[in-house]
Amino acid sequence: MSAPSSASRKRGIRDQVAIVGVGCCQFGENWDQSPSDMIVDAAYEAYADAGIDAPQERIEAVFTGSVYSQKGPHECSDALKMFHKPVSMVSNYCATGTDAFRYGAMAIASGMHDVVLVVGYDKPKDRGVSGPTVMMDGVRDLPKTPAGWFALCAATYFEKYGASRDDLAKIAIKNHHNGTLAPKSFLKREITLEDYKKARIISWPFGLYDSAAQTDGAAAAILCRADLAKSFRDDAVLVKAVSIQSGPNPQKDPTNDFLSWKPTGWAATDAYAQAGIEDPRAQIGVAQVHDCFSLTELLTYEDLGFCEKGSAKEHIASGDFELDGELPVNTDGGLKTFGHPTGATGVRMIYENVLQLQGRAGPRQVKGAEGKLALSHNIGGHPTACGIAVLGRE
Amino acid sequence: MAGIASYGAYVPPTRLPLSAIGGRPAKEGGPEKAVAWNDEDAVTMAVSAALNCLRGLDRSKIDGVIFASTSYPFQEKQGAALIAKALDLGRDVRTADQSGSLRAGTTALRAALDAVRAGSSKNVLVVASDCRMAAPGSPLEANLGDGAAAFLVSAENPIATIDGGHAVADEIVDVWRTRQDTFVHSWEERFVVQEGYVPNLSDVVSGLFEKLGAQTSDFAKVCLYAPDRRSHGTVARKLGLEAEQTQDPLIGRLGNAGCAFAPLLLAAALESAAEGDRLLVASYGDGAEALAFTATEHVAKLEPRRGVSWHLARRFAIPNYDMYLKARNLQVTEWESAAGPGLSATIHHRERDEDLALIGQKCNACGAVQFPNQRVCETCFAKDDFEKARLSDRIGKVVTYTFDFFFPTPDPPTIVTVTEVDGARIHIQLVETKAEFVKPGMPVEFSFRRIHMAGGRPNYYWKATPAEESA
Repeated sequence: MSAPSSASRKRGIRDQVAIVGVGCCQFGENWDQSPSDMIVDAAYEAYADAGIDAPQERIEAVFTGSVYSQKGPHECSDALKMFHKPVSMVSNYCATGTDAFRYGAMAIASGMHDVVLVVGYDKPKDRGVSGPTVMMDGVRDLPKTPAGWFALCAATYFEKYGASRDDLAKIAIKNHHNGTLAPKSFLKREITLEDYKKARIISWPFGLYDSAAQTDGAAAAILCRADLAKSFRDDAVLVKAVSIQSGPNPQKDPTNDFLSWKPTGWAATDAYAQAGIEDPRAQIGVAQVHDCFSLTELLTYEDLGFCEKGSAKEHIASGDFELDGELPVNTDGGLKTFGHPTGATGVRMIYENVLQLQGRAGPRQVKGAEGKLALSHNIGGHPTACGIAVLGRE
Repeated sequence: MAGIASYGAYVPPTRLPLSAIGGRPAKEGGPEKAVAWNDEDAVTMAVSAALNCLRGLDRSKIDGVIFASTSYPFQEKQGAALIAKALDLGRDVRTADQSGSLRAGTTALRAALDAVRAGSSKNVLVVASDCRMAAPGSPLEANLGDGAAAFLVSAENPIATIDGGHAVADEIVDVWRTRQDTFVHSWEERFVVQEGYVPNLSDVVSGLFEKLGAQTSDFAKVCLYAPDRRSHGTVARKLGLEAEQTQDPLIGRLGNAGCAFAPLLLAAALESAAEGDRLLVASYGDGAEALAFTATEHVAKLEPRRGVSWHLARRFAIPNYDMYLKARNLQVTEWESAAGPGLSATIHHRERDEDLALIGQKCNACGAVQFPNQRVCETCFAKDDFEKARLSDRIGKVVTYTFDFFFPTPDPPTIVTVTEVDGARIHIQLVETKAEFVKPGMPVEFSFRRIHMAGGRPNYYWKATPAEESA
């Protein structure tokens, strides 16, 4: 199976859409909050951030993303009392949040709407289980556990490039550290290499600290036509690129090498073409990547072109992706410390990148981020879909 | 002349040391019994034994399947048709189940021999398989073992021809299980032996001798079902069997494999039979049944089979009784195991080729083999242009793997692989090995297993096992 041809691709979305407000609820095991409560927290924070007082009048359309919700778009329209306007729900595995954002951006770029709201959310902690549900809805493809799916690159990658759990540990330790600096993260605890090694194994090579927490959460963004951004704020952030790429199921794809996940490379090629990125390492100042498991983050460094294939462990060792490194990744602690309410995650990453680009990230602020681009990345399914969004100030 | 053209066995490699029963520490080297694991039952063992019987032979000529079992999981729904599907035998096959008695295995074998002799069937597969449940703590717990034996009955190149058979019927409440019972019941052991086993076995063998004009000394090997070692010895002495004539009843190694017990002993006898050897097999249950065979010149020509000795040599001792109870679903748990509404019967029906027979497809345009079946080719995008590709009897190789500690199982981790077979990639569990032996590139074969009990009924699919020498 060959990668899609970029020749067929259109001009992209660069500089047509601005983000003028972002919001994020407290992520965690939100036992006393309903999905609606979290949606209201995130959306009203975004309204305030954009200076919108009468959202029902100002917002023209809502794009919402959720994987677990059984209720469709009405859950969001009812929570926010967004009636007499288009409210749609998007679902695309772990890239759901980024895809909802893409629909919102396209709605503006198409000329259909001037101001839209994007809300990603999920509430997995109402199901009564710790961790993901073990699905028994078929007899093939068992066990269906996300850790087991994402671990399938480990044996092959470790053998070819000599990496090990010690390299993965450094990613977990970094993300736990960053999470202590993010007010809305779930886990705010530093971990040591010893903690990492003592933890139980979930699916080899992933132990407890290689795996994202499971939490409830919601995040929101308000998008408008780029030429209207100044009427909301002076430091609006522009959408430079947004891409979603589907991929074959790697468990049956006859050409998968289990050294990378194909859709990440495809989405990066597309997004970089849209955003005019030729040297990602130099042009991108901060990145939020999908660390559902530590190895997913490691592979993503390479598949996004932050470093050469096979070289991630050297860059991890030299601290390149730490907060004070050359290209800080998962500055808020990522899925590791925020957990992964699936529909919320992509929008939560955009929230963090907007704060970083506006110099509002507090103790985790990356120096010089304002002058560069910010990238967010999700990958989900087996994995079978990847989403990338690139944002910038000018 | 009608006879047995091939045979195969299956004995689960997991063994419970009898010393471990009740939770005591297991002693290595002592008596043990074969235990069907959490993903095995009478049907999966039957399919494995049948695959071993049919290895290297043309399956397309089989026109009948008789499945004998007292422990087949369904009361209503045939096992033979399921086994025929798993073996990809096509639809023009007469199928029948034989049940209800511990001598169902020899009854099925004799029915097949009669059908072939009468000319109403040409090649009949007979599979006897049992996985009987003993209540924890009961005397039967140390006695019952699990296993299956399969025979191809045919008039074409038989390795042993049938000389005759004899049966006696008897009504006795010795061993029984009602529809409502999970566990087998038994009346007092001495009563069972003295009033049931010994007189019935003696009567049936002397009846057969009378019919054939034969005597004990004519037989190279005599295979006797036996509830225990001592009663086996009692009947052997009554018949005047010499040690070398006595087929080892494998008590303390296999256990009492129910209606598969006597057929397993016959399979074991066939392994070492030479041309002209006469063999006798006798089973017990609500009477008794005995069959006599003579080995032919073809016995030396049959490719070595995975028979009883091959299976007895491959064993893993279960480390403790607790794990045995978990594997047999005999432990109290908070939740029903793998509950839920179960699989949709319509989805199961649409996917029966893939799930039950591990049949994928080969693209006629580009030749790529793929699994599961799909309308558009994964490789060249050609549409609706495929032929069937049976993968169950192919050798695959592990591409990558993980060890999943999260998935519920009696003995975590579950070894999960992506396995390549004829170019197709399958996400599939790997069993009968340990994590430290798994490597990319390792060759595997495929084994029919009970994948879960969702919906309260057994659901079957295949797993990979390390590839082994044929026999």
